[in-house]
Amino acid sequence: MNVVTPFEGIGASVRRKEDLRFLSGRGQYTDDISRPGQAHAYLLRSPHAHARILSVDTAAAKAMPGVVAVFTSADMAGLGGIPCGWQIHNKDGSPMAEPVHPVLATGKVRHVGDPVAVVVAESRAQAKDAAEAILVEYEVLPAAVDMEAALAPGAPALHDTAPGNLCYDWQIGDKAITDAAFAGAHKVVKFETTNNRLVPNAMEPRAAIGDYDTTSGDYTLYTTSQNPHVIRLLMGAFVLQIPEAKLRVVAPDVGGGFGSKIYHYAEEAIVTWAAGKLHRPVKWTCERTESFMSDAHGRDHVTRCQLALDAQGKFLGLRVQTHANMGAYLSTFAPCVPTYLYATLLSGVYAIPTIHAEVKAVFTSTVPVDAYRGAGRPEATYLLERLVDVAAAETGIDKVELRRRNFIPTDAFPYQTPVALQYDSGNYFATLDQALETSGWTGFEARRAEAAAQGKLRGIGISTYLEACGIAPSAVVGSLGARAGLYEVGTIRVHPTGSVTVLTGSHSHGQGHETTFAQLVADRLGVPIAQVDVVHGDTAKVPFGMGTYGSRSLAVGGSAMFKAMDKIIAKGKKIAAHLMEASVEDIEFDRGTFRVAGTDRSKALAEISLAAYVPHNFPHDELEPGLDETAFYDPKNFTYPGGCHIAEVEIDSETGRVTVVQFTAVDDIGRVINPMIVEGQVQGGVAQGIGQALLEHAVYDSAGQLLSGSMMDYTMPRADDLPPVGVATHATLCTHNPLGVKGCGEVGAIGSPPAVMNAVVDALRDYGVRHIEMPATPAKIWNIINAGRRPMAAE
Amino acid sequence: MYDFAYHKPATIADAVKILSADPDARAIAGGQTLLPALKHRLNRPPAVVDLSGIAELRGVKRDGNKLTIGALTRHVDVANSPEVQAAIPALAKMAGSIGDIQVRNRGTMGGSVANNDPAADYPAAVLGLNATVVTDKRRIAADDFFQGMFTTALEPGELLVAVEFPIPEKAGYAKMRNPASRYVMAGVFVAKTAGGVRVVVNGAGPGVFRQSEMEKALTANWSADAVAGVKQSAEGLNGDIHGSAEYRAHLVTVMAKRAVAEAG
Ligand SMILES: Cc1cc2nc3c(=O)[nH]c(=O)nc-3n(C[C@H](O)[C@H](O)[C@H](O)COP(=O)(O)OP(=O)(O)OC[C@H]3O[C@@H](n4cnc5c(N)ncnc54)[C@H](O)[C@@H]3O)c2cc1C
Repeated sequence: MNVVTPFEGIGASVRRKEDLRFLSGRGQYTDDISRPGQAHAYLLRSPHAHARILSVDTAAAKAMPGVVAVFTSADMAGLGGIPCGWQIHNKDGSPMAEPVHPVLATGKVRHVGDPVAVVVAESRAQAKDAAEAILVEYEVLPAAVDMEAALAPGAPALHDTAPGNLCYDWQIGDKAITDAAFAGAHKVVKFETTNNRLVPNAMEPRAAIGDYDTTSGDYTLYTTSQNPHVIRLLMGAFVLQIPEAKLRVVAPDVGGGFGSKIYHYAEEAIVTWAAGKLHRPVKWTCERTESFMSDAHGRDHVTRCQLALDAQGKFLGLRVQTHANMGAYLSTFAPCVPTYLYATLLSGVYAIPTIHAEVKAVFTSTVPVDAYRGAGRPEATYLLERLVDVAAAETGIDKVELRRRNFIPTDAFPYQTPVALQYDSGNYFATLDQALETSGWTGFEARRAEAAAQGKLRGIGISTYLEACGIAPSAVVGSLGARAGLYEVGTIRVHPTGSVTVLTGSHSHGQGHETTFAQLVADRLGVPIAQVDVVHGDTAKVPFGMGTYGSRSLAVGGSAMFKAMDKIIAKGKKIAAHLMEASVEDIEFDRGTFRVAGTDRSKALAEISLAAYVPHNFPHDELEPGLDETAFYDPKNFTYPGGCHIAEVEIDSETGRVTVVQFTAVDDIGRVINPMIVEGQVQGGVAQGIGQALLEHAVYDSAGQLLSGSMMDYTMPRADDLPPVGVATHATLCTHNPLGVKGCGEVGAIGSPPAVMNAVVDALRDYGVRHIEMPATPAKIWNIINAGRRPMAAE
Repeated sequence: MYDFAYHKPATIADAVKILSADPDARAIAGGQTLLPALKHRLNRPPAVVDLSGIAELRGVKRDGNKLTIGALTRHVDVANSPEVQAAIPALAKMAGSIGDIQVRNRGTMGGSVANNDPAADYPAAVLGLNATVVTDKRRIAADDFFQGMFTTALEPGELLVAVEFPIPEKAGYAKMRNPASRYVMAGVFVAKTAGGVRVVVNGAGPGVFRQSEMEKALTANWSADAVAGVKQSAEGLNGDIHGSAEYRAHLVTVMAKRAVAEAG
């Protein structure tokens, strides 16, 4: 008999099923896999940011011990380029510039790390030795590293097909109405900021193994991906021209992605292609230093904006002009990040009558930039939440009061923003009040004074944020330029004796899906989670899927499972009606039991499934045997998590070192399935947000060399950089998905950076500081303190 | 990593024999500096001489007013040694602050001192305590040992055997870490010894150096206030994405104050 304890269903902090294998070192990551007879690939990468390739001489390398083959782009003629999954249109309606992104650099290299040649050898070390013997003659060209420099007239042109290094010049919102709002404003607050470039640095570096079956002609790619079906589609259809039926993509255990493993990377195509060419499995594993120069980076915006207010501090309009760095080539989703995942969020939690945003996307001689945890939404939130603090300072209105005055009223949902989105639900006052209370906001001045007595500068900062996730309605994104649908697929396979296998198109790379999804099934079908197995990450097993990013796994993938369970229950009711000789309308289902309403006659799910698979007594006229249902769920809208983050910092005024001493997060993520997993997700996101605010920065020099190219110079947050993070939730349910869930993967990284930076600026209020760019490093803070009371930054 | 020959001698004499035979052969102690360099292919020694089999290189010994620490003594052993904690608490504390647990479990006194990374900790203590570096051939005063970035008085094939620390009246150490690498960005070691006051700066410049103005100030008046007014010149100091030379110069004064306060 199936028994689900109340501790396993929705709302229970069940321990993660997957942790036994992860914590005992038995996870199977791509690099743990070895195929019989496999050879090893090593990529020779460009040391220059921009150069013409005059010649590549591989003769010596080919003669080195253990070398199986050496390939350059000349060997790959006929292969497609790495495709881009989203097309943005310019203000004038013309499509964005979309230069070819060759698998191996062809004619030119465009960033340090651009792959030029690949060596396949019996061992990694031999491949690496041989790569050193490849002679590449470069004509070094001036680089275009900084976005403003790349856009300047006469800048070095990276691509012939992208004049002025411009990818697109896009806009959203109504310019005329916005101009009119500014014309009538009581006050206009101007603000300019940079959103610092980040290197994702998932703990597991990328890896890929290509395998080819010479008898069947089938290819298999094992890869560190967040979305194996998407990789199969992009690589199979666009790069290698392998039909889906002949290409299997497996993304086994994956050690973190944060967005950087969404994209189709050249290395995946290279090992798959080489396996077919050499009739041997070919494995590639990225080294950490290599990942700094080949994994897509995140963020990197420069923005100017203006906020119009009336005399009471009500927001009248917002204008935003952003330059967004694309890097040297368009990564898979890069063009949509600073447009539909950024500018559409510029209303935040506020009722702003009109907004006009313009975004120029720029090619530079740097690693491609794409979505990184939050993707566009952290950039929008940071801009808005710093801007509101600056506006509070300049109007003299208390920063909490200014926020309250402009919040979207709780009874105004569904709320249509001037930048395309329609929010379904939220209560920003409730999350604000709860966070103020938990953080001890009103008692702060005493803590400030106490810190001052010890020579420390203490500050408090708030961020009331909103994000759009659970991406996304296919028809909507299609009209906005997506070249894919963004539904999700779920299969519920009830086995003959009642245990369940769930197949999901979502992919877990740290999020705990094997547990959360099992809880959904336990809660609804009454099957204990120990008897629910969640399968993901293999195109040969899962019908289809769009993968995991944009906090979509539960909202979209979970909803697909819910729909599949609807079908299971509907079919089960028919079988139960047949077995109990009742009418289907009279069958009730509750957590694993089919009951004839008003009677004590019932059948357990396992009895129904047994009847379905051993159909001796079965309504054959009406039903097919089996109990295995699949649903494709296409969301009706984005989901809109939001909430309030409050950070408290202390600054050592002698060294400039900032310490976050307290952090409070109150998030509305809709219904919570597993509070413990949510807490972990939020804390992880906050860690990354604190990393962005205080520590992390990908810095290039003017020649395009990455100065922060290793852990020696790129400051990853460590445990002792982080305060205890208090996590609470306050739910308003999502109104348009069956679970009422909104998503929790990104809120931490979205809400936290402005809370921290607002606290840093607050701590330095006596120094006349209006704004500090991220990251707030000790040296930067000391410079401000050392300069004493500096004049307000010039407009 | 390139291929290399591997040797594991059991005595100092055997190690020296192999190292002297080939000037490009490298000793390996904890490997916390050499291994990353090999992995990054920055170094291509034909042979690596593993010192871990040489028992006489290990251990802490107190002998009157002198503490002798064997070259192969790991950071964790120095940090946890009751002798070091009693005699020179600042040195034990410094050892316990190097890198992270994994690094301290492998890295050694001799490796750190022989390497003389300008951002390393130990060289500041060795110079600040006026220690003597003992090799297989000779004894070298700390003042003569450190010769700038990654350079020491050690000759090719010469093995660092131990470091002898005279026990000071008091000593203290304070450092600001580089936010990314956590190595020293600017540190100051202060000591009041039988031979006078010593103030040594690490991390901020291209190598460890003595800060004579601060030494004078502390000789006249051993207090944090005495160094608070002494400014370090930024000239010749390091500047990078983590901070300018001016910032590091400023930190020297701050760390000097904290080191004196720490010393008591
Ligand atoms: C992540 C990380 C963080 C670190 N952080 C710090 C830090 O905060 N502060 C700090 O001071 N250090 C730090 N280190 C360096 C660490 O302290 C090393 O242990 C030390 O620099 C070298 O010691 P080792 O025993 O590992 O030497 P090895 O790496 O084995 O050798 C280093 C060099 O010294 C030579 N050598 C070793 N022993 C002898 C000997 N007896 N005689 C002659 N030559 C010898 C070797 O040939 C080699 O050239 C860090 C290292 C890592 C990996």
